[in-house]
Amino acid sequence: MSTGTERNRTDTEAPVTGTGLEVPAVTPTVLHRQASLPSWAPWGVLVAAVAVGAGLTALAGGFSVGLWVFLSVVLYAVVTYAASRVVEGRRRATDRLVTVLVTSAFLVAMLPLLSVLYTVVSQGWARLDATFFTNSMRGVVGVGGGALHAIQGTLVITALAAVMSIPIGLLTAIYLVEYANNSRLARAITFFVDVMTGIPSIVAGLFAYALFALLLGPGVRFGFVGAVALMVLMVPIVVRSTEEMLKIVPNELREASYALGVPKWRTILKIVIPTTAGGIATGITLAIARVIGETAPLLITTGYALGVNLNPFSGPMTTLPVFSYYSYAVPGIPREAFIDRAWTAALMLMVIVMVLNVVARLISRIFAPKTR
Amino acid sequence: MGKSVEAKDLNIYYGSFLAVEGVNMSIKPKTVTALIGPSGCGKSTFLRSINRMHENIPGARVEGKLELDGQDLYGANVDPVGVRRQIGMVFQRPNPFPTMSIYDNVIAGMKLNNKKASKAEFDDTVERSLRGANLWNEVKDRLDKPGSGLSGGQQQRLCIARAIAVRPDVLLMDEPCSALDPISTLAIEDLINELKNDYTIVIVTHNMQQAARVSDFTGFFNIEGTGKPGKLVEIDETKTIFSQPKQKATEDYVSGRFG
Repeated sequence: MSTGTERNRTDTEAPVTGTGLEVPAVTPTVLHRQASLPSWAPWGVLVAAVAVGAGLTALAGGFSVGLWVFLSVVLYAVVTYAASRVVEGRRRATDRLVTVLVTSAFLVAMLPLLSVLYTVVSQGWARLDATFFTNSMRGVVGVGGGALHAIQGTLVITALAAVMSIPIGLLTAIYLVEYANNSRLARAITFFVDVMTGIPSIVAGLFAYALFALLLGPGVRFGFVGAVALMVLMVPIVVRSTEEMLKIVPNELREASYALGVPKWRTILKIVIPTTAGGIATGITLAIARVIGETAPLLITTGYALGVNLNPFSGPMTTLPVFSYYSYAVPGIPREAFIDRAWTAALMLMVIVMVLNVVARLISRIFAPKTR
Repeated sequence: MGKSVEAKDLNIYYGSFLAVEGVNMSIKPKTVTALIGPSGCGKSTFLRSINRMHENIPGARVEGKLELDGQDLYGANVDPVGVRRQIGMVFQRPNPFPTMSIYDNVIAGMKLNNKKASKAEFDDTVERSLRGANLWNEVKDRLDKPGSGLSGGQQQRLCIARAIAVRPDVLLMDEPCSALDPISTLAIEDLINELKNDYTIVIVTHNMQQAARVSDFTGFFNIEGTGKPGKLVEIDETKTIFSQPKQKATEDYVSGRFG
């Protein structure tokens, strides 16, 4: 096979003559500018591949979009690689092939995301009205009603969980990074934190339920139990993210502070944490976003209420995911009214998570060390 | 300001590994002492044991005596934090605090220790320290800008300003110019010459010309082989070390025959 590289080498290898010195023949191929495909080529090939792909799919009988896209991508990859291999040589051809693979992988990953986003927005749009935010489900049997109680329940329970988890998580991470020196205890904590990040959320829910059943008798259901379950899920995430953030603070900054005669605890408080405050805040916000959508543990720990209950220490409380689940799983009559509310609750949840992510970005931008 | 430092039979360990053995050295007040030697011979380790930074590494410890004006730095009732307030340090790579402005970086030593002072006192300290570090004219109009926005050489001078703002007795410098260009190096060397009037300075350097230019005394550390402890081979006036050292190893090193 004759690649571009080999061809160029034979073109440019001039024999060294007349000097009498034995100069080893240098191959200037490396520096030689190689032929390349015109810039419109990838787009042209793409259009052609899509067209041919459509033709082939039609021939296969029964037009399917999935097959069409698949064939087009495969055709595009093969033709681009072949063309590039002939004109540009092996390295550029591989580059183009991998670019196609990486881009398709990205698009495949985006597909379910966009699909979910589209479905939730289009289905939830119908009931996104003022009633949804001002009414609970108390006394509502059919159409109308809202998720005020669920929105408030979500906020109360998540806030409680955050208030309990953040100090525990932060202090654990500080202990692990700044004080533990990789001791046996630290390794054990790290191991169990890793295990805890992997436990299914229902296990956390059962734990909280069992704990309070032991303490207060069976069948207790109130918001705080749910918050404890969420805390079990949230603490390891906060520990992990904070630990990673503290680790990337350069040791030189700690030394600079020690060298000024600043005690260790003050160094941590005034230098280490402020330096990475943005990262820590982002990690915490993402941990909140992660637990705010939990359904399973809250299903068994907080119960299900129809009306507003702002007291997390007594009586069942509803959160958005649980509200959505119940509306969908055991709808009343008319069915559509309940299904619509379920979608809108899902949409609300997504909006809350999105707002939290935006807040995380803002926080990390505000706290990030500035250079100018 | 400007105190003497005296090391007597100092052994420095990392865990069970003896890194530096039997250092006897006496550093006079308000002089510049340069420590030279090949990599891994324990110069920096010795320097870091003077302000007790060494013991921040798990397992690191020191045997023997180290005195600041006759006061034992490793005494049972001596607080390492207190030692570091008297013995400042400048590091190899400039390390201004990234979250702080130039102004706050300079007074970091006071602010972080919750020292109460009026705005005027802080202003005075900032100007005095930045003038002391030859940085005042370059940054006086942007004191509220972040310290990490300065050039490498300016950052290093900011770190020196930060170190002298707390008025230490001794200033340790661990290869302060190794990350800097020749112009910035010159600025720092000039600065060392001025700081000598007030402070006792100990500087570790890989650059022998620098040692010859800035120091009054030079100590040569050497190591016999990997795994062996580093030792102080010879310490004398700089001109003696570079012209007629007593030890063969010193002569070989300063004349560039090894290392």
